[in-house]
Amino acid sequence: MVDDFQYTGQCKEILETAYAHVGDKIRLIIKRGNSPEVVEGLLMPRFATRDDEDCVVVKLKTGYNVGVRIDSGTKIEVIGKGTEPHFSRPELPPRQQGLPKVCIMSTGGTIASRVDYRTGAVKPALDADDLHSVVPELAQIANVDASIISNIFSENIGPPFWSKIAESIEKEIRKGTDGIVVAHGTDTLAYTSAALSFALNKPPIPIVLVGAQRSSDRPSSDAATNLLASSAIAGQAPFAGVVIAMHDWISDETIAVHRGTKVRKCHTSRRDAFRSINTSPLAYYDLIHRTLKMNTDDYDRRRNPNDWSIKPKFDPNVLLVKFHPGLSAGIIDWATATGYKGLILEGSGLGHISESLFSSLERAIKNGLVVGMCSQCIWGRVQLNVYSTGRDLLRIGVIPLYDMLSETALVKMMWAFGNEREPENVKQIMRTNLAQEFSERRVIEEKHDG
Amino acid sequence: MVEESMPIKAGLEVHRQLDTKHKLFCACPTFLGELEPEQKFLRRFRPTQSELGQVDRAALFEFNRGKGINYEYDHQTACLVECDEEPPGTLEKEAIEICLTAALLFNARPVDEIHVMRKIVIDGSNTTGFQRTCVIAMNGKMEVDGKTIPIDQISLEEDAARKTTQTRDTTGYRIDRLGIPLIEVTTAPVLQTPTEVEKVALAIGNILRTTRKVKRGLGSVRQDLNISIPNGSIVEIKGVQELELLGKVVKLEADRQKALLEIKEELRKRNVHAEDLLRNYVDVTRLFKETKARVFKEAISHNGVVLAVKLPKFGGIIGKELAPGLRLGTEMSSYAIFAGGVGGIFHSDELPAYGISQDEIEKTKTSLSLEHTDAFVLVADEYVRAKEALSAVIDRAIDAISKIPEETRNATPDGTSKFIRPRPSAARMYPETDVPPTTITDELMLNLTSNLPEKPEITIARLLTKYSLNQKLAKQLLDSDYLQLFETIVASSANVQPSFIATFLTETSKSLEREGVPVGTVPDEKIQNMFRLVNDGEVAKETMPELLKWQAKNPQGTMTEAIKSLGLRMLSKTELDSIIERHISKNKKLVAEKGTAAFASIMGSVMAEVRGMTDPKLVTELVKARLTKGTQ
Repeated sequence: MVDDFQYTGQCKEILETAYAHVGDKIRLIIKRGNSPEVVEGLLMPRFATRDDEDCVVVKLKTGYNVGVRIDSGTKIEVIGKGTEPHFSRPELPPRQQGLPKVCIMSTGGTIASRVDYRTGAVKPALDADDLHSVVPELAQIANVDASIISNIFSENIGPPFWSKIAESIEKEIRKGTDGIVVAHGTDTLAYTSAALSFALNKPPIPIVLVGAQRSSDRPSSDAATNLLASSAIAGQAPFAGVVIAMHDWISDETIAVHRGTKVRKCHTSRRDAFRSINTSPLAYYDLIHRTLKMNTDDYDRRRNPNDWSIKPKFDPNVLLVKFHPGLSAGIIDWATATGYKGLILEGSGLGHISESLFSSLERAIKNGLVVGMCSQCIWGRVQLNVYSTGRDLLRIGVIPLYDMLSETALVKMMWAFGNEREPENVKQIMRTNLAQEFSERRVIEEKHDG
Repeated sequence: MVEESMPIKAGLEVHRQLDTKHKLFCACPTFLGELEPEQKFLRRFRPTQSELGQVDRAALFEFNRGKGINYEYDHQTACLVECDEEPPGTLEKEAIEICLTAALLFNARPVDEIHVMRKIVIDGSNTTGFQRTCVIAMNGKMEVDGKTIPIDQISLEEDAARKTTQTRDTTGYRIDRLGIPLIEVTTAPVLQTPTEVEKVALAIGNILRTTRKVKRGLGSVRQDLNISIPNGSIVEIKGVQELELLGKVVKLEADRQKALLEIKEELRKRNVHAEDLLRNYVDVTRLFKETKARVFKEAISHNGVVLAVKLPKFGGIIGKELAPGLRLGTEMSSYAIFAGGVGGIFHSDELPAYGISQDEIEKTKTSLSLEHTDAFVLVADEYVRAKEALSAVIDRAIDAISKIPEETRNATPDGTSKFIRPRPSAARMYPETDVPPTTITDELMLNLTSNLPEKPEITIARLLTKYSLNQKLAKQLLDSDYLQLFETIVASSANVQPSFIATFLTETSKSLEREGVPVGTVPDEKIQNMFRLVNDGEVAKETMPELLKWQAKNPQGTMTEAIKSLGLRMLSKTELDSIIERHISKNKKLVAEKGTAAFASIMGSVMAEVRGMTDPKLVTELVKARLTKGTQ
């Protein structure tokens, strides 16, 4: 039973000697001067570990945890076997007839997480049924099927995962479902939404990606409201395609539905971290009245589920480089030498980089790399005709990528190289508006206040 | 009425705001917002499972009410942390040190490592749905009147948001107070009389004040009590703000429990059993079509229903008084409001009243087939709410047969209390994983031990010698919130007697408070300003009570405005001379006859005119001089 300790070093030894296990009711008798001190309670796992570990965590009768320093002089008595920490799952609510069929795919992340006692961090834990069971109202709006695609943190997700999830979605659509919800960690959610937007060519139903900015282990979590809204949207929305549905503001009132290629996480912690960039949200879902309102007429409609295809391959050999003053040309030379096929540059302003990088860039393009230009301003489009630096870049062969987000451009080029070998074809793909990744017009109403 | 001799077991929790620079988990200041809120946002909460896998019943209770919470924010007093839009920072060091100092003063043993916990509270008073709290020290003790009172625990927690509005479906909170550090001192449940509870609370307050790092004034102190009587139950009463009310709260709760035990006994005699209480809700809406009862008319006009339920053999019991203004019916009503979100209930012991006629009562009785010892309860609302409400009434009635329910109640200003929720179980806590544990080092403890604040008896001795206060005044100052302010003012007011300052801050302010002046709301700086004016001779010290009164009523007002609006100013010597001259010439005859012996009467008539506008000592001098001159 050594493994069930999350204790290390001296603490672990002392606890082992006393045959004390996590969850046991223990009595610690600590030598302090003349009068020994007694602490009684449940032995708790440590959720944060230090190298110089000398405290055990005891849950007192009052429910509080305290750290008690122990040493070889400490007497530990096991006075009762306790219950091991565990999570019980509430019963799933009964299904109702006549509701849309929605498939919730779980991929881990904050929308599905709980406390990890070993590291003290929030870790994915709840499976898809858990999501359903902690949000019983789901049963009123959709007939929910749940499946687990993976259980990894959002920052550990990469191109192979995008392929896997695209294939899983395809399978579900072929089986027949009215909508799909993908529960996903928020850090790389926008990359996945861009990837799916390209991998799924004109899907017939809504595919709603959703996350949470407050972990689901707390009463104020946005996981439940976001999941509820995205399930309603997946089941009922008139549009087809990949979107992200998250809080529109910090209030639990409105969920904004963002197009999968035009959305970015713009805040580290706020519930409304996701913003539509260079466009307005596609739709809004009212959490109070449970209604969806489209924000535009310009969208693909839900359709017959046969006339679509998937291209789930991605080639990870594309690099995203943010230009900054003092950037060394060496990074471009290195990318060229190590077999990268493409480069997305995040230029300054309208899409500029220092002249000192030009010769390396020229060499890269001559070697067959495809180089695209986005702007690090986030809002606005690149325009390489305004200044001489821009015109020089065009001459070298850099492709201006309009108002596409650099993250979307990166994913798109990975997808393009996943399906095309010829740089010229990739260039053509990069210039073509496939999944509304370019906006034709940018209007004043756009929010860009972060 | 409960006598002092009735055996009571009470424990006390004293919560006091700490006067730190920053809040407990962020860099926000620790004062309340004076401006209008700038933003509002809505949240809904869900219960979570604790680390032991149990869902807390109190948390579920709140969730089942399905309430939305409206939060009010301004950027001066709150940031993203209070909005639950940013993870908390680490525990504020200053707050930990104050608590550890208090721990030393209570002879308590600090924990080796502080673990911040999340205590589930989903009434909305915390934007996270939990209160962050941690144990700092345990097993302390203090002496009160020769008796040793064990201090079980000293903890540090974040203050909750302030409730601003309450409607049927939403509750409003201002989040400026959220996150202000609170120290909580918990005694063992060994207090036996209402007087003892008050004395212990006062003693705890005195010790906390010696740290000189606690806030004062209304809302900075809140006391919670847990009270039980033999055969009773532990009932927690929260939020007693005034020390003077504590004894009354204890008395009235003991009375309430005693009365509930009597009801239990009476129900036993009447042979009532839980199985007799059926959840048969009868729709009696049609009987009230023509009713004059406003609540019913309104409910019916909004497509609501009037539901009735029978409480067999409860006749006369629902109306029995438990404490002033509190009946079993009131308790049932609180449960109904809580569970169903209804406005309240009507029970047969209080009818006819509220526009419900005798005829309507008779018809209701008939439709419920009531016998004469039976009682009934009516509620009018949407069907689902009304049903939930009556179900809660039945639950409370079943409890009345068998026990006193363990509850958390809110203290009301008259000393009684109101049910808020069932008493929570220990499962409400789980670790706050966003905040790493804090190790308490031996060095820190050594440092704090060698810098302990003055003990109360030493403070008294110092007040006696250094400021020549008498014993009574020194003790009053120590028991008040103003010791620190006193010393600050004395240090900058060389021309004002310390005893005057002490009297003003204790007796005068207390008597003003009794008159209803909210003295506690006046900040220290404003009081300092008043004394500065006295010290500089700009106003007479006799005007201080007027100034304080004015300031309490005009929190935004300046002293210049106060002087203007109260018509206060100091007379110049020339003005004073001419006033004295006028009074002497009016009493020419007397002065001529008596000479300097006319002093008393001249002095009296001058003072009547100039009181509050000059220093009496100066008047004495000038009148004496003038009389001496006059007789020459």
